[in-house]
Amino acid sequence: MIGNFPFVAVIMLIALGMYSLMFKKNLIKIAIGLTLLEGGVNLFLITLGYRKGGVAPIYTMAPEGVKMVLPTPQALCLTSIVIGVATTALVLSIAMILYKQYGTIETDEIRRLRG
Amino acid sequence: MIGEMSRIVRTMTNIIFGFIVVFGFYVIAHGHLSPGGGFQGGAIVASAFALLLVTYGTEVIQQYIAKDLLSVIESTGLILFGSFGFLGISATYFYNIVANSGGLFGSPTVIGVNPGDLNTSGTIALMNIAVGLEVLAALGVIVLTMSAAAEIIQNKEKS
Amino acid sequence: MKKPIFILAFIFFAAFMFMAAIDMRPFGEPARSEMDDYFIENAQVQASSNNVVTSIVFDYRGFDTLGEGTVLFTAVIGIVALFREVAK
Repeated sequence: MIGNFPFVAVIMLIALGMYSLMFKKNLIKIAIGLTLLEGGVNLFLITLGYRKGGVAPIYTMAPEGVKMVLPTPQALCLTSIVIGVATTALVLSIAMILYKQYGTIETDEIRRLRG
Repeated sequence: MIGEMSRIVRTMTNIIFGFIVVFGFYVIAHGHLSPGGGFQGGAIVASAFALLLVTYGTEVIQQYIAKDLLSVIESTGLILFGSFGFLGISATYFYNIVANSGGLFGSPTVIGVNPGDLNTSGTIALMNIAVGLEVLAALGVIVLTMSAAAEIIQNKEKS
Repeated sequence: MKKPIFILAFIFFAAFMFMAAIDMRPFGEPARSEMDDYFIENAQVQASSNNVVTSIVFDYRGFDTLGEGTVLFTAVIGIVALFREVAK
């Protein structure tokens, strides 16, 4: 009996990501926070579609007479993962450009140098 | 990104690289039968590129993997995916008209639990291959570009 | 100066999310599953594919995947354009 623990795990992931977005100044740490937030949302989608005792919705060599979990949240989550990878790559590229221009990736230092 | 790593790492990379690429294409080709598909298989093949890049350094790898060729493969994958959607234009866009029609990927599937036949599922298998090509080329271009830029920035900092 | 406000806002955010997670409907019992039952029953007949998730991604929701491929393509174009100046 695990009760509602998966939802609590989702909330912990999202809160950690939000914490690092709000309180950290390092651009790499902000990117890590974005990734954590995205992982929490993906886990929430998958958790919503779980059916008790279900197996993955694939008919190849599946056990007989067992319910299958909902396939639509998994398809949406696949889309979300690929878009997250593209976004993370863009964020890291912009961090690299900023490092080349200013020599640092701390956001408050960049703002101070700007004047 | 400086130079190449030790001999142990290089030997293991030479052994493992082929297996990773073959496994990635296996996941792409069996996307309609087993867990996986175009996106996952493409990501696996791109991770093989990243392994090469970490082991041998950017300068050596850029002589063997052409970034322009990868760009062309990426555009070709996306165009192929869009045009496979047009196959079923007589009903709607993205209608799976090849399924259950005989021919390539067209033999009807057994209803219910079955061991799986590679020659089923119509346009889904073709689209898996197209999307797999696109994703492996896109992630490869991203990894190659970022590592080359990191090298240039590092050199500029040193001088 | 801004930090106490941030800490307060974060604590409120986390507390409300936690209460919502506790009050959620029980884990493992989806509220509505008519659409997914339709997909599970008919994917083998209509899309002729053993893998239901793949038949949703590439057949029932093909437009979604087309947009996804376009997003990936645009991200690659953006990265190459960003690093064009660096390579000079």
